[in-house]
Amino acid sequence: MARMKFLCDAERCIECNSCVTACKQEHEIPWGVNRRRVVTLNDGVPGERSISVACMHCSDAPCMAVCPVDCFYKTDDGVVLHDKDLCIGCGYCFYACPFGAPQFPQAGAFGVRGKMDKCTFCAGGPEPDRSAAEFQKYGRNRLAEGKLPACAEMCSTKALLGGDGDVIANIYRDRVTHRGKGGEVWGWATAYKLPAQGGTQPGAAPGGAPGGAPGAAPATPPAGGTKS
Amino acid sequence: MRACTLSLLAAAAALALAGCGERPQVINYKQGKYQGKPDTPAYANAPFNGNRQQYENTINTRTQSQNEYVRLRD
Repeated sequence: MARMKFLCDAERCIECNSCVTACKQEHEIPWGVNRRRVVTLNDGVPGERSISVACMHCSDAPCMAVCPVDCFYKTDDGVVLHDKDLCIGCGYCFYACPFGAPQFPQAGAFGVRGKMDKCTFCAGGPEPDRSAAEFQKYGRNRLAEGKLPACAEMCSTKALLGGDGDVIANIYRDRVTHRGKGGEVWGWATAYKLPAQGGTQPGAAPGGAPGGAPGAAPATPPAGGTKS
Repeated sequence: MRACTLSLLAAAAALALAGCGERPQVINYKQGKYQGKPDTPAYANAPFNGNRQQYENTINTRTQSQNEYVRLRD
């Protein structure tokens, strides 16, 4: 049984917000609702990191635990979904969620809360698969089409991975094995490679070892150079 | 005395066996109390028509398209 998960590689995320845009476009999300957001830590400071956040489809989901009308359920794929016909828009799930995933569209003149809306892992909801009703309430059901969430598939740097947890964990492990970690993947030396011995110009040949020379000291960037 | 020893042994055995029990690591809150409409699995309809194995293979193959190291290797 698959357990669908997202994994965001903070070393790769460039805060382009294409995941946010892809989600909004794919599901025709209204104004004021962001099923996915990009959060940047230490914005503007060298070494800043960004991460794309949405519903993490928790194995032990607190939103399911606190919902007073029991409108949440979990699919065979481990995707946490809810029934909007049952949701009363109380916002209790928003308090319980550590990621701020539940969203509440502003409906009516006084901005009262609408039904809760959140990331569905592009798995729709409890309406007939790929029906108009499902699209209207929950967005497109890409899983039923054999596709992965639009945000992950649209990610330009493949920072955001989506799919079966075991599979994407293997992809991430493979990636870290090739590129190194920490300071090995960030900065001038990684982006442009270290000059080889003998004064060769920077820029490795295609097919060279990714991630620069492992274990080598980082090169000094030029004056006024890049973030490290 | 013998009965007391036997009961003590039985209690100790029960205590020791209790340690072998496996409890769920994840709490399933209100399991089975979902009040909404039932949903069908993603593979229930076309193009998978209930073939779960085909669905999982398709998804896993597609997941690998996110791994550029697979594409870069010869």
